[in-house]
Amino acid sequence: MTPAPIVHLSSVSHRYGATCALDDVTLDIPAGCMAGLIGPDGVGKSTLLALAAGVRRLQTGAATVLGGDITIRAHRRSCNHRIAYMPQGLGRNLYPTLSVYENLDFFGRLFGQPEAERRARINELLRATGLDPFPDRPAGKLSGGMKQKLSLCSALIHDPDLVILDEPTTGVDPLSRQQFWDLIDRIRAERPAMSVIVATAYMEEAERFDWLAAMSAGKVIATGTPQEIRDAAHQPTLEKAFIAMLPESERQGHREVVVPPRIASDGPPAIEARGLTRRFGDFVAVDHVDFKIGRGEIFGFLGSNGCGKTTTMKMLTGLLPASEGEALLFGEKLDARDMETRQRVGYMSQSFSLYSELTVRQNLELHARLYHLPPDHHETRIAEVLTSFDLTEEADLRPEGLPLGIRQRLQLAVAVLHSPEVLILDEPTSGVDPVARDGFWQHLIKLSREDGVTIFVSTHFMSEAERCDRISLMHAGKVLAMGAPQELTESKGAATLGEAFVDYLRAAAGEDSTDTAPAAPAQPATATAPAAERRFDLARLWAFARRETTEILRDRMRLAFAFLGPIILMLTFGYGISFDVQDLSYAVYDRDRTAESRELLESFSGSRYFSEKPEASSVSELDARMRNAELVFAVEIPPGFGKALVSGERPEVRVAVDGAMPFRAETTRGYLQGLAGAYLNDQIERRYGRTVDLSAASVETRFRYNQSFKSVFSMVPSVIMLMLVLIPSMMAAMGVVREKETGSIANFRSTPVTRAEFLLGKQLPYVVIALISFASLVLVSYAVFGVPIKGSVAALLVGTLFYVFATTGFGILISTFTRTQVAATFATAVVAIIPAVNFSGLLVPVSSLEGGARFFGLAFPAVWYQQISVGTFTKSLSFAELWQDHLALAGFAVLFIAISILALKKQEA
Amino acid sequence: MTRWLSNVFRLGLKELRSLWADPVLILLIVYVFSIAVYSVATGAKLEVTNAAVAYVDQDRSALTGRILGAILPPQFKAAEEIAADEVEEAMDNGRYVFVLSFPPSFEADVLAGRKPQVQLNVDATAMAQAGNGAVFLQQIIRAEVAKFVSRLDETPELPIDLVVTTRYNPNLNSVWFSSVMQVINNITILSVLLTGAALIREREHGTIEHLLVMPVTPSEIMVAKIWANGLAIIVAAIFSLWLVVQTLLQVPIAGSIPLFIFGAALYLVSVTGLGILLATFTSSMPQFGLLALPVLVVMNLLSGSTTPMESIPDWLQFLMQAAPSTHFVSFAQAILYRGAGWSTVWPDMLVMVGLSGVFFLIALQRFRKTMATMH
Repeated sequence: MTPAPIVHLSSVSHRYGATCALDDVTLDIPAGCMAGLIGPDGVGKSTLLALAAGVRRLQTGAATVLGGDITIRAHRRSCNHRIAYMPQGLGRNLYPTLSVYENLDFFGRLFGQPEAERRARINELLRATGLDPFPDRPAGKLSGGMKQKLSLCSALIHDPDLVILDEPTTGVDPLSRQQFWDLIDRIRAERPAMSVIVATAYMEEAERFDWLAAMSAGKVIATGTPQEIRDAAHQPTLEKAFIAMLPESERQGHREVVVPPRIASDGPPAIEARGLTRRFGDFVAVDHVDFKIGRGEIFGFLGSNGCGKTTTMKMLTGLLPASEGEALLFGEKLDARDMETRQRVGYMSQSFSLYSELTVRQNLELHARLYHLPPDHHETRIAEVLTSFDLTEEADLRPEGLPLGIRQRLQLAVAVLHSPEVLILDEPTSGVDPVARDGFWQHLIKLSREDGVTIFVSTHFMSEAERCDRISLMHAGKVLAMGAPQELTESKGAATLGEAFVDYLRAAAGEDSTDTAPAAPAQPATATAPAAERRFDLARLWAFARRETTEILRDRMRLAFAFLGPIILMLTFGYGISFDVQDLSYAVYDRDRTAESRELLESFSGSRYFSEKPEASSVSELDARMRNAELVFAVEIPPGFGKALVSGERPEVRVAVDGAMPFRAETTRGYLQGLAGAYLNDQIERRYGRTVDLSAASVETRFRYNQSFKSVFSMVPSVIMLMLVLIPSMMAAMGVVREKETGSIANFRSTPVTRAEFLLGKQLPYVVIALISFASLVLVSYAVFGVPIKGSVAALLVGTLFYVFATTGFGILISTFTRTQVAATFATAVVAIIPAVNFSGLLVPVSSLEGGARFFGLAFPAVWYQQISVGTFTKSLSFAELWQDHLALAGFAVLFIAISILALKKQEA
Repeated sequence: MTRWLSNVFRLGLKELRSLWADPVLILLIVYVFSIAVYSVATGAKLEVTNAAVAYVDQDRSALTGRILGAILPPQFKAAEEIAADEVEEAMDNGRYVFVLSFPPSFEADVLAGRKPQVQLNVDATAMAQAGNGAVFLQQIIRAEVAKFVSRLDETPELPIDLVVTTRYNPNLNSVWFSSVMQVINNITILSVLLTGAALIREREHGTIEHLLVMPVTPSEIMVAKIWANGLAIIVAAIFSLWLVVQTLLQVPIAGSIPLFIFGAALYLVSVTGLGILLATFTSSMPQFGLLALPVLVVMNLLSGSTTPMESIPDWLQFLMQAAPSTHFVSFAQAILYRGAGWSTVWPDMLVMVGLSGVFFLIALQRFRKTMATMH
């Protein structure tokens, strides 16, 4: 009797826009065993696993996981405690700046484990995986194999019943791969009830699984034990069986790869490395590497991710300068500035690095132009390349929608477009299906054997390594061995190249304990309380807040910008933005030159608001000087002014004011009116020898809140308002979207953390940063500008607290709606700057705002906080007057975070 | 050289294609140059417009009526009456910037020559309006009282006739000023963000690395980004000037538009260069965002496009000479409002070219180093 399947899918289909990832799949995955999904990249394995883990929303069909319907929310919640999901990609769910221990600690907290239990479990897992010597190493600095072990640890920390691993060993060296599977076997031996579902593209790994489902193009093409599958296809290996089982249309053009022997050529080696070394800080990425690659040779470079392959290749292309040693191309020392050499080299980087917004043809055209192929040759060469790489049908499509295999073919086509003599290819077939990989190698062999192109290629696949003329095994920055694949296999007396490589790695590990095989078997997990199933759990919230804080603390640059930026801005604005207009420059054209005219002019030059420039000698000169902004206003005294004044004829004095900037012009006119009044009094005094007050009533003007009427008193509180909206919202805006881009959002989807816990946990650290920044600003405003808080400190503090919750909430809101950090930066900058600067009361009192501006202003928190900030700093106000503003800010804070929570989906679409 | 030019041209075309393919960025550019310009120009005014005035009238005489009747739009909203005990609260809440209080028997005291006092309370935290608004209200009160006393509908005569004319914007219509300045400020925001983000994005996607392996130099990559993003922004800005500023807001433009566009092109070279420079100092978008924000805010608020240069302390004015926006604002005002020509604006343009050169050289220095040493 077969036990109930752990996962049951019936008629499940899944589409991403126009592409169909899963096509009517019905499948039972047996429980209590190691079940594998095999098939190349892009056949729907990841989608299937994500649906089973409940991190992706089911579109059509039904799925039963762990005995319950996965579409039911309550069941998903309980599944979160029982399923562990490790997404695809090296260390995708890890946090690179956190240490090994901190990463695991974070996951432990997510599952509500108390301190002691967490520590016990982590130590045990680290010991079991052999990671125990490096608890303090940042996850980002681990080798590929170690990253995957750490990922596995984080998946196993809560004793799951079902472990779902999506391509856990892609990009990992063979020894680490073997250790990884051994580890899983041991853990399963201890916990026989645990089910494991794994997706992999390495067929040779799948040989050791208990049960397999082979997938192709969104369909399951075969199920059964590896033995059954091989037998059904009458093939000796799974890889061959898989190709044999493919429908005819997909196998099209597949033929065995045959490598014709190489005819050695004379002359200097095409590529040579002499003691090539590269350090990043105290980390040695490449350690004294030497090799020579002859012309026309296919030279393979093997090793795990992070062992220095990519760094070596970058040094050979001139992208990275070597710390030590030298690289020679065609017998000459590599010069990064030498355009001639670049013309002779083609490079293909590990990840897709063509422009995905350009079509295939446009990409080729761009490269043809940049390599300066003869213009009349363009069309023919592009057509030639399109045909020989089978890209004619895709020529006018954009690469983003194309399958990986075709994209890699396009990258190769681009790399050979200018007929280079040397090709440097960094893992060109990683993630590509076996058929496409073989096709790719046909191209490489043709290039090498027919065109004499030297090929330097790195790969993880042993089957590919065997096709190289020579290979070099690399580990931890060093070359372990070099030679023809056959030689290397024989020298270790191994049956396959893969085994030989593992032997070399073991030998190397003897000297360097980086990847020692785990010693003691893991002890059974210490007794554990059942994970709390609370709807809202402060511990989980705290786990996220803690983690976010640690990450920020490690990013010194961001921290510095966050604290110093506002202070520098406060200093600049405190001194800089002012409405106290002074030193208005003016010039006079005095056509009278009498004692009377000079007397009038003295009243101008005596004013502290005006600053006199050299006298003009014509009206046109005044005009010209006003035009080039030398003068703000010009005074023209007509001839005969003195005489007319004495005879009481009211001579005309013309003053022209520059109205280009209305505010300044208005102020200038006000000053001129005042000056005229003063002059009048002065005249009367001179004439009658006494002061006469002509007005029948006086106006007593009281500048409230700021008796001395100094700009700085209103500027400082406003700057605090501005800084607390711009910086915190910008920082928080990166919070969610960064996780979306790096992939660690998967942890939110697959663990019991709720949306509110996740978002509030992300928000809290930024709230704290904003509050510290606020304290520093208050300090500066008091110490530097002498601006004290006159009103209620409590009202200010509470208002600030609500305000920073609102502004960080605004950032979080933007973050949940955008998909890239670029878009989030833009949206925050553009959406926040305009209302915060223009409609908040910073420049214009809110009571004067009209129409749309008023609406924009009131719909944003800045304007409400401006009242509190200005009110408590300058107006001696307290809660009694400001409670409405507090209420509004609290409303914004709740609203922003509530919308974010509603908009963020726990499951991916 | 022809090779250099041709590469710059090709890479620039690619840049334009990428921009065109990103609907979010296109949408933001459109928003910034249309709705944002319009709402700021019509909504937020620095000079006394629409100022909220309240009064406490304990006299209720013909004279107070005449004074209140003279408080007119567009500078002031119609004055609203409040009770004497409401003054504190109304001002605390920021409902009114000005509150006038007429004492009992104000008119009688005026006629009797007892020189009564009108109290004018000003909310001094409304910096932009408080000073000028107070002056205007004082003038209104004096003039009305004087007219009332002399029973003449004329103000008393000064011994001289001070004829103050305002040039370039005779009615001091602030829309004329703020619309154009808003276009300028938005050019700054977009240029820095667009080029900086374009560079960081290419670095994150690995395409910049790909370019650096080809026979393409950093200077070609940078110049291509500058001309392409600059072109996109200037086209949007010209459109905005024509459609929003000239057509919709009816702002007359005094000077030579081609000269302004030439200057704007020079400005774009320098700010896009600044965007690249900032990008070479940061390694990720979050860092870039945090660095760009303060730079943008300072460049916009202290360039003379918001508050007058005269009100900025000398040392800061001097520092702001290193910001291209200061020079752009200066010659843009000269050309667009005062109709200044080439002979007036060339020094500002020259300084800006110099600044562009400095930005470009520093960025070039850092480019290869920071682009390639990504770990």
